[in-house]
Formats: sequence, structure tokens, C-alpha cells
Amino acid sequence: MTTLLQTPPSRVADDELQPVRRLSGGRRVLGYLTLGVAAVVVLLPFYWMVMSSLKSNNDVFTVPVQWIATDPVWSNYLDIWSKSDMTTWLGNTVLLSAVVTLLQVFTGSFAAYGFAKVRFPGRDVLFLAYIGTLAVPWQSYMVPQFVMMSKLQLTDTLWAIVALQAFGALGVFLMKQFYETVPDELIDAARIDGMSEYGIYRRIMLPLSVPALASLTLITLVTTWNDYLGPLLYLRSPDLWTIQLGLKSFISQYNAEYALIMTGSVLSVLPILVIFLAGQRYFVEGIATTGLKG
Amino acid sequence: MTTIADTRRRRGRVVARNTAVGWSFLLPNFAGFVILTMVPVVLLFYYAFTEWDVFGGATWTGLDNFRQMARDTSFWTALRNTLYYAAFHIPLTLGVSLGLALLLNRRLRGVAFFRTVAFFPYITSIVAIAQIWNMLFSPGFGPVNEVLRWIGVDHPPGWTTSADASMPAVIVVGTWRYMGYYMLLFLAGLQTIPAQLYEAALVDGASAWQRFRAVTLPGLRHTTFFITVLLTIESFKVLDLILVMTDGGPGQSTLVLSQYIFQKGFEENQFGYASAVSVVLFAICFLVTVVQFVVNKRRSA
Repeated sequence: MTTLLQTPPSRVADDELQPVRRLSGGRRVLGYLTLGVAAVVVLLPFYWMVMSSLKSNNDVFTVPVQWIATDPVWSNYLDIWSKSDMTTWLGNTVLLSAVVTLLQVFTGSFAAYGFAKVRFPGRDVLFLAYIGTLAVPWQSYMVPQFVMMSKLQLTDTLWAIVALQAFGALGVFLMKQFYETVPDELIDAARIDGMSEYGIYRRIMLPLSVPALASLTLITLVTTWNDYLGPLLYLRSPDLWTIQLGLKSFISQYNAEYALIMTGSVLSVLPILVIFLAGQRYFVEGIATTGLKG
Repeated sequence: MTTIADTRRRRGRVVARNTAVGWSFLLPNFAGFVILTMVPVVLLFYYAFTEWDVFGGATWTGLDNFRQMARDTSFWTALRNTLYYAAFHIPLTLGVSLGLALLLNRRLRGVAFFRTVAFFPYITSIVAIAQIWNMLFSPGFGPVNEVLRWIGVDHPPGWTTSADASMPAVIVVGTWRYMGYYMLLFLAGLQTIPAQLYEAALVDGASAWQRFRAVTLPGLRHTTFFITVLLTIESFKVLDLILVMTDGGPGQSTLVLSQYIFQKGFEENQFGYASAVSVVLFAICFLVTVVQFVVNKRRSA
């Protein structure tokens, strides 16, 4: 199902198979018009954010709205660093995203190999338990989980967020879906050659699953970077705050500094946007795999 | 020559070895998963029947929490608001994302660009999104109301500052955020419909609308159903969007179920009562999943 999303090869086939889809003139114009409107609706808030970040505070809300910052105030992008703890927040977020992603990718793919390629009693029941919790919203067990974390004395440490994000069922599920497409004959051949299961995982499965690993890395990275609820519950000390918590506190503290707030927002969004654009294909494939079969 | 007993013993050894190896693969993830997900889910059903004192001790109180809930007007307000959100968010997102997917399935220029762009809201942090939209929606000088005035609406709504319009504002932002995600799932579904079906329909002289009704919709039945389930669960658990955009206000006009759990649990430290409300949320989502499972089973049977 995911391969169908890689448009280049299938588009050639489309041209041959689907003469139906060629639109007549009028409907073509209508199609473009709708697409244009939709693009504006999606992008306008982002455009407004960037423009406001380059205005002075008084120019953000004007009648009529100034859609272009005529005299861009670039200094906003310098002031934000001295007016807020942006450096600490970004540092914490980068650290957390890196650790969580590494752990999730490693433990997820490792467990997925066990589920997909090693046969042992109780395996399928166990996997069902994993899948089952994917449908249980975190919001419904966040209270007992918080009690748990308190008992483990993890609250108000960065470890709380690592624990929260690194062992999700999603990674196991995504990697298992991929590993099942690898033919068993290949694994059996390696077994006959005397390779251990760990060797097969490391030397055959990992290199084969680079696209799936990339999907999982991207999805985990984006989720961890953007997570607001986890840090909100667990990180109380300001020197542990992530960019989301920091930005939120900055908004309440400087609630009239509209331009600077938007500058901070741009800075919080930019890294993830760059990462998304760079690895878009893998991200989208990962979403399609987990979304459609979850 | 090997005897049957020998083979059996050897097979037993293989199973034992496989089990050990299998578990060793699962363990790093499984340990974390059990402690942080499974145990809390199980504990939830115990906590829901307890009350917590200031020292963090729990005493069994039976159904007291649920009796309290039945009389708790804030709980019912939260449930009603959640249903309100779901009742509009689900069909709206379903319609918009299906429409966009149909559009993107055409051969138009710029489709790839739009597919990328439509994902931006989904990968952008909720704090930034809520802040941008709060400013866009600001009643006096915000761009949204200015556009509304320009097209002739004399008294545009106060959006997040008015009890009547705050929920619609949240619904708009929720739909805007998730439409790209579901569009992608619809798109994947659309590409599984064989082109020959469309050709056959065309040969039979079916109009565009008839083709949509007779080929596209049935072909998407599974996808649509699945997306509806995802959307339902997503609607019932909505929390971060509400917390950063309106914080449940003004008054209790956007207080939702998850936020009520959040308030009771983390602001008032009533872990027992918060767990009881969590059980209601859990039950709703569980029910939706079971219905999905049963309908899927029946359909494939």
C-alpha cells in the first residue's frame, strides 16, 4: 500500500490506465481554483506568523491588516535570545529528541525483529497487547502513569520524558510491518550459514530496513520535538523546559509582545519544518503504514 | 536412527532456545512498555475506585467516585463539550480531507507541492499553532474578523473571547490541523481502486457524480470507516489544543473530558476521581474500537 504513494513509477502507469482522469477545460479551472484556495487556507497562518515576526509590536494588529512587513524588524531575531531562555529550551529539546529517537529506533526495531522473525509460544498474544494499547488514548492513563513516575522519582527530570516517549508501541508496529515484507527464505539461509539471530538482525535486517528506520526516526523526532503535554506534566523546573513549554511561558509572560511571540514561534517551528522537508518521503510513508493498518 | 522421543526432545530444545532468543529481542522495549503503559492502564481500574489523602495513600471507596460523577455538573459539561467538538470535528474533517484527496488524485499541476504543504499544520507544534490562530481570531483587530467585516458581516463573533464562538474556533483549528493527515490516508485508499472500474463506468455512460457514488465511495468504504474511528478517538481525547488555545474558557465553554481529568488529577491532586473520569474516556474509546473490530470482521466474513 505504501509503495503506491511513491508517485513517480505509478504515475507513468496512471497515464496509460486512466484516460478517465484527464479533466475538461472548465473543470480543470475549477480544480485549480479549489487547490489554490486550499493552499491559501493552509499557508496563510504560516505567512502571517513570519510577517508578524518581522514587524514591530504596534504594527501586528492594524486596520487594515498590513499583509507585508514593509520595514522588516530583523532585530526581533536577535532580541528573542536575550529576552528569553531560548538557548536552554532548544538545548533541552535537541537533547531529548536525540535520546528518545535513538532509544525508540533501537528498542523498536529490536523488538520488531523478535515479533516478526523469531517463532516462540505466546508471541502473537503479546503483540496483540502492544497493538491494543495503540488504540488507548494516553489521556486516559496519564494519571496512573504520573503516580508511577512519582514513585520511580522520575518527575521533574528529563528522564521522565525519555521514559514516556522511547518505549511506544508505534515503533514496534511500524518496524514489524516492514520486517514482514522481508522473505523468510533469506533469514533461513543465513541461519543455515550459522549466523546467530542477533547477527541476522544487525547485518541483514538493519541494512535492509533503512527506509523504515528513516520513517520511524522522523516520526519520533517530530513527535518528541512538538510534545507539549509530557513536558507540561513532568518538567517543573525552568532549566529543564523544552521549547514548547518555554514558548508557552514566554507567551504568558510577554503577552503584549506580539511580534516577539511570533519570532519565538518561527524559531520553534523552523527546525522541524526543515527536517520534514528533507525527509518528507519517509515521513509520509511511515504515516501511511501506521495509519492505514493501525 | 533417531527415535520419536529424540525428535521430540530436540524440538523441545529448539522451542526453548527460540523463546529465550525471542524474549531477549523484546525485552528492552517490553520492559519500558510494561512499566509505563500496561501497568498504568491496569492501575487505572484500581485507582478509579479509591480516594487519595494528602500523603499519597489510596483507600478503597467502591463506587463513590462514580456516584460523585453522576452529580458533578462540570463533568457533564465536559462530556457535552467533548460531544459537541466530536459532532462537528468528525464530519468536517472527513469531508474536507476526502475532498482534498479527490482533488489531489487528479492530474493537475502543483499537486505534489500541495501534498507537502497540507502536512505543515500537522507537524507544527500546537503551542505555535494555537498562538497564531488566537491572534488571527482576535476580535478587535484580527485578520479573520477584518475579512468578515469586509465581506459585510457587521458583528463578527468574538471567537475565543466569547462563550458561544470559542468552540467553533477550536473546531476550525482542529480541522485545519488534521486535514492534511487524513487527506493522506484517503489518498492511499484512492490509489487502491482499480482504474478499470472507472473505465467500465465511463463506457456505461456514468456521470462524474455517478462514478463517485458507484465506484469511489464503495472503493473507499474500508478507508472511510477506519478514518472515522481514528477521528472519533482523536476527538474524544482532544487536550493540548484546548489547553493552549482557550484553557477551557471562557467560563467552561470549551472544557473537555481530557482537560477535566487533567484539572482533577494535576491541579487538584484528586487522583482517584480523575481516574474515574479517565475510565469513562477509556470506555468510550474502547467501545469505538470494538465496534470497528466487529464491523470489520463481519465485512470480511
